[in-house]
Amino acid sequence: MDLPLTRNVSADKSPTKIDAYEANGGYRGLKRAIGKLSPADCLQIVKDSNLKGRGGAGFPTGMKWSFVPMDNVSPGHKYLICNADEMEPGTFKDRLLLECDPHQLIEGMILSAYTIAADVAYIFIRAEYIQAAQLLREAIANCKAKGYLGANILGSDYSLEMHVHTSAGRYICGEETALINSLEGKRANPRAKPPFPQVSGLWGRPTIVNNVETLCNISHIIERGADWFNGLGATGDAGTKLYGVSGRVKNPGCWELPIGTTVREIIEDRAGGMEDGLKLRGFLPGGGSTDFLVPEHLDLAMDYDTIAKAGSRLGTGTMIILDDHTCPVGFVKNLTEFFARESCGFCTPCREGLPWSAQVLDDIENGRGIPEDMDTLQRQVAYIGAIGNTHCALAPGAMEPIQSALKYFAEDFERHISDGRCSYCDVGAN
Amino acid sequence: MSELIAVLSEQELADIDAELHHVPYKSAAAIDALRIVQRYRGWVSDESLRAVAKHLDMSAEELDGVATFYTLIFRQPVGEKVILLCNSITCWIKGCNNLQAKISQQLGVELGETTADGRFTLLPVTCLGACDKAPVMMVGDDLVEQVGEDQLPELFSDGEEC
Repeated sequence: MDLPLTRNVSADKSPTKIDAYEANGGYRGLKRAIGKLSPADCLQIVKDSNLKGRGGAGFPTGMKWSFVPMDNVSPGHKYLICNADEMEPGTFKDRLLLECDPHQLIEGMILSAYTIAADVAYIFIRAEYIQAAQLLREAIANCKAKGYLGANILGSDYSLEMHVHTSAGRYICGEETALINSLEGKRANPRAKPPFPQVSGLWGRPTIVNNVETLCNISHIIERGADWFNGLGATGDAGTKLYGVSGRVKNPGCWELPIGTTVREIIEDRAGGMEDGLKLRGFLPGGGSTDFLVPEHLDLAMDYDTIAKAGSRLGTGTMIILDDHTCPVGFVKNLTEFFARESCGFCTPCREGLPWSAQVLDDIENGRGIPEDMDTLQRQVAYIGAIGNTHCALAPGAMEPIQSALKYFAEDFERHISDGRCSYCDVGAN
Repeated sequence: MSELIAVLSEQELADIDAELHHVPYKSAAAIDALRIVQRYRGWVSDESLRAVAKHLDMSAEELDGVATFYTLIFRQPVGEKVILLCNSITCWIKGCNNLQAKISQQLGVELGETTADGRFTLLPVTCLGACDKAPVMMVGDDLVEQVGEDQLPELFSDGEEC
C-alpha cells in the first residue's frame, strides 16, 4: 500500500530530521519543480490530481488556487498560510504530521507558494503544539541554510520567506478569514465573504489558506504526478486520508489509508472494534461538527461524496464513537457547550442561539426537560443551522450533531423528558 | 522614551521589535507582543498592556479588546504552571468530568482559579488534538496523556513533574 504522508512516521513517533527526510527522497519534488516547471504547470498538476482540502470543507485545492490573480497588475505581496490550528473536537491528525515530519509540510508549502507566486508564507499554529512549533522553526532554519527557502531558491528567480506564528487560543481561529484577522493582530472574527481571501486576504492581498494535511500532499503530487495520486484512492476520490478513531474502542488511533476505505475497516480492523461489553450506537465521521451516522452506515466508503449522500460530512476524517453506555444527550450537550463557548460572538444566531441550545440540552440531560423542548431544538436547528444567517460555518456546524441526534436518538431525548432524569448517569456512565 | 514604555524591559522591547520586521504596520504584531510580555511576566497587567499599546501605536482599549478575545492571553495573574484540562468530546466520553472533580478536590480550586500557594491555575481548553490518548491535559508545557486519577498526587507534588 502506497502511503506517502506517513512514510517517515516511525513507530515511536520521533521527528524526522532533514538528513533522514532527504535520504528518503525529500526535497526531490522541490528540486524538480522550482525554476523548471512553471507555476501554471504546477497548478495544472494539482488540479488534475483532484486533491480536496483536508481541513474539513473538502473544497478542490487546485480550484481554490486558480482564483489567485497571477497577472501582477497590482504589485505587492501574495501570501500562503498553513492552517495548523487543529482544534476541531475529536481531531488529532495534523499533530501527527507536524510532530513526525515537519519537512514534508515545509516542502509542500514551498511548492504551493511557488504555484500561486506567493512570496511570504506563514504557519499559523495553536499555542499548545509547542513541540511542533519548535520543530518547524528548526526545519525552516535548515531550509534557509540549504537554499530551499529565502532569496533565489536553488538559484532560481523565485524567493520565499516563511514564518511560524504561534496563536493564543480560540477555536474560531481555524476559520480561514478569522485566522487572517488573527494574523493581522486583531480579534478573530470571521469576515463576510466575498471578497474571498484568494483575492483580498491577509492585509488586503491575495492569500491562500490550506490545512496541514492538504499541504503535505503537494510535494508528492508534484513529484509523482496526478495520475499516481488519482490511483491511490479506494473509490472515486483521490489520494490517501489520515483517518482517526477515538472514544471507547480497543485501539484508538490515527492511520493513513486509501481515501474511501470503509467505516467498518477503520473502526473494526484499525481501531480493534468496541471495548468489551460495549456496542456501537453511532459516530461522528469527521469531527465535532459533523452529523451522526449509525451502524447501518458501517459499510460506507469514507470519501466526500459517499458520506455526504448518507447525510453527514467527511469533515476531518477523524471519527468520534458513541457507545451504548454513553448518553447521546450528554454527548451532544458537551459539543454544544464547546461551540457556544468558542463562538466569537459577532453574529447574533451564534452568540445568542448556541448558549440557548446548550441550556435546553442541559435541562433535558438533568431532568428538567419538557416535551416542548424537542420542538425548540428543531427550531434552533432550522434557524441557527441555516447557511447565510451567520458569517461563518461555526453555528451551522454546531447544529449538525444536534439535528442528527434528534433523528437517530429521539427516544433517548424523550425518555430523559418523561423520566425526568438521565438513565445513563444512574449506572455511573457519562 | 516615555515613562510607560520604561515598564517594558529592553529584552521585551527587542523581542517585540523583531516581530515588527515582517508586518506592514505595528498593531499587526499585537498578539505576538502580548505573548512576549506574558512569556517574561506570566501575565499581562494593565501597566504592561498600556506600555505595549503605546509601543504599537494603538489605544489601550483596542489592545485590550484583542487581549481579552484570546483564552491564552492572561489578563490576571496565573500560577507558576497553568493546567489546561481538555473537556472536549472524547475526553468527556473518557471521564474528564470526574477527573476535573478530583483535580479540584486535590488542589482546592475550581476552573478559572489559582491555588493558594500560587503554583497552579486550572483552566479548561479546547480539544488538545490527542484524542487517542484521552483524557489528556497540559501541565505547563507538557502534555499528559491517559491521565489517571492515581497520577494526580505525583503530577501536583512539590517535587519534579513526571
